[in-house]
Amino acid sequence: MSDAGAPQPLIQLEGITKTFGTGPAAFQALKGVDLSIEKGDFVAVMGPSGSGKSTTMNILGCLDVPTTGIFRFRGTEVQALTRDQRSLLRRRYLGFVFQGFNLLSRTTALENVELPLLYRGESKAARRKAGLKALDLVGLVPWADHTPAELSGGQQQRVAIARALVTEPDVLLADEPTGNLDTERSIEIMELLTDLNRAGITILLVTHEMEMAQFARTIVHFRDGVVERIERGAAADPASPAPAIGATA
Amino acid sequence: MFGIFGATLLLSLREIRRHLLRSFLTTLGIIIGVAAVITMVTLGNGVTASIRDEISSLGSNVFIVFPVRTDRGNPRPFEQSDIDAVATQIAGVELAAGSASASATAFHNGQNWTTTVNGVENDFLRAQTIDVVEGRSFSAAEESSGQNVCIIGPKVLDAIFVPGVSPLGSEMRLDSVSCTVIGVLEERGQGGGGQDQDNLVMMPLKTVQRRFIGNTDIQSFVVKYDSSYASSGIQASLVDLLRERRLLQDGQDNDFNVIDTAQVNDALGAATGALTAMVAAIAAISLLVGGIGIMNIMLVSVTERTREIGIRLAIGALAREVQLQFLTEAVVLCCLGGMIGIVLAFGLSYGLASLVDVPFMFDPVINVMSFLFSAVMGIIFGYYPARRASRLDPIEALRHE
Repeated sequence: MSDAGAPQPLIQLEGITKTFGTGPAAFQALKGVDLSIEKGDFVAVMGPSGSGKSTTMNILGCLDVPTTGIFRFRGTEVQALTRDQRSLLRRRYLGFVFQGFNLLSRTTALENVELPLLYRGESKAARRKAGLKALDLVGLVPWADHTPAELSGGQQQRVAIARALVTEPDVLLADEPTGNLDTERSIEIMELLTDLNRAGITILLVTHEMEMAQFARTIVHFRDGVVERIERGAAADPASPAPAIGATA
Repeated sequence: MFGIFGATLLLSLREIRRHLLRSFLTTLGIIIGVAAVITMVTLGNGVTASIRDEISSLGSNVFIVFPVRTDRGNPRPFEQSDIDAVATQIAGVELAAGSASASATAFHNGQNWTTTVNGVENDFLRAQTIDVVEGRSFSAAEESSGQNVCIIGPKVLDAIFVPGVSPLGSEMRLDSVSCTVIGVLEERGQGGGGQDQDNLVMMPLKTVQRRFIGNTDIQSFVVKYDSSYASSGIQASLVDLLRERRLLQDGQDNDFNVIDTAQVNDALGAATGALTAMVAAIAAISLLVGGIGIMNIMLVSVTERTREIGIRLAIGALAREVQLQFLTEAVVLCCLGGMIGIVLAFGLSYGLASLVDVPFMFDPVINVMSFLFSAVMGIIFGYYPARRASRLDPIEALRHE
């Protein structure tokens, strides 16, 4: 890690705006978002639909670029990168978990987990080893050869988490990971994320359920395209630094 | 890099197997195209070869000369003196030999058979490389005195002679002329002009002139020349000499025709070659249509798998990696089609060749070329769908139902 010198946040958003469409039909989803996220944090992003939380997550996940503003990830200004450079950034540092699991159907759990390693050009043996290790983390080694259709929702989401973890990312982005699960499964998933966070992975979670957000150390509330307020989650330990200040435009 | 390429290849095969029927129907265009091109070229080669074979049965370095009808009247036959003049006065001519023929009915063993009796000299047989496979050819004495001896074609042998018994020394009757069989001709099949070269009886020229046509006319003759001479020069001398001997005025058309077997060979070869190329080009259109089918189904596939593409892009696949995946799939599909097409073409051209009775001439070049062409089809028609896949917005793609 290169952040040994001046303390620089892992993620820094400065004056981020995002406008979809042009002309009279244009819609400004983000109206100036400032946010800093430290390495090792567990951030829950909350807000009603249309508040801009998903758009923010897409930008944080390097899937989308802001219309204006600066997004620094590990000191790199992401908005200036090309599409492929952002792909490489995702490949190297980010793991994604989606609400709809988004596993490849008719492909076994292990193959799904191995997929990101394929794009890293790793050998079959290395992929298999790392894939099984990641499946072990989510407790699904016995299900390695099952296809998503043969797994329950909770199991599918754990496969998705294993897939996100297999590259040993710095940041795990989870967009409503419990949205399709019942409460019991949801809590299992959140406990799993908490464990991962304790192991050092920075976690960004989008949710609209307060119950799930309580697992986070920091809760960022969005409203109408800006950060409304930032609070500490129930999981925040007293010794941890105060959450970064989010300013509104 | 092999890891990703091998995995991409594997993925393509799996994707093809997943939609086996669809994949097969998609590649059907390529299969038919490749099979059609290869079959046409293979058959064309066979036809060309069999035509060349027939032409070469006329002998090499040989002119065939025969009189033709003009506006001044019916074909005027040649005389023996014309042939002697050609043989002695033109440099480079090795030999010239006339022939005269008539149709006749052959009788033997209580059976009869309609055939052609051909009056020739040994030189004629030599010029046209006609072999006597059993018995012998004419002796000098038989030729000069016009004796009643004959060499029979294989069809005549089969038609009226007792099977398994040598015909040599037997007596047979041609119309009212009886003759002794001294030889059997090799089997030569259809001639270049369509005449049956096996259903005939060869007799000395003088015998035929005297006993069958009742004059000393020569209906056509062959000229064999030394291959170190240019055929055009000899042909020109030949035409000049014959015009002079046949008293043609300047400005009058030739009342005879000189056919150069080498020229005929080249002309027919070029004609069949052009025909083959044309038919193959028409067949290639079906390959093109097949390629469009591939593009169509690849576009469907990209749409169907939008979500998958979104997942791949989200976890860090580069645009070119996604492009490679779909391109590989299209190329693999086309190559499989090409392979099936080659196998199909092999069976088809083998069967058709024996059906139309031309030699089966397997042409490795056209097989390899058709295969490569189908792979190129995959690249050309897979490019656009693959590019489209690689350009998808990952966010949109992930939302796609």
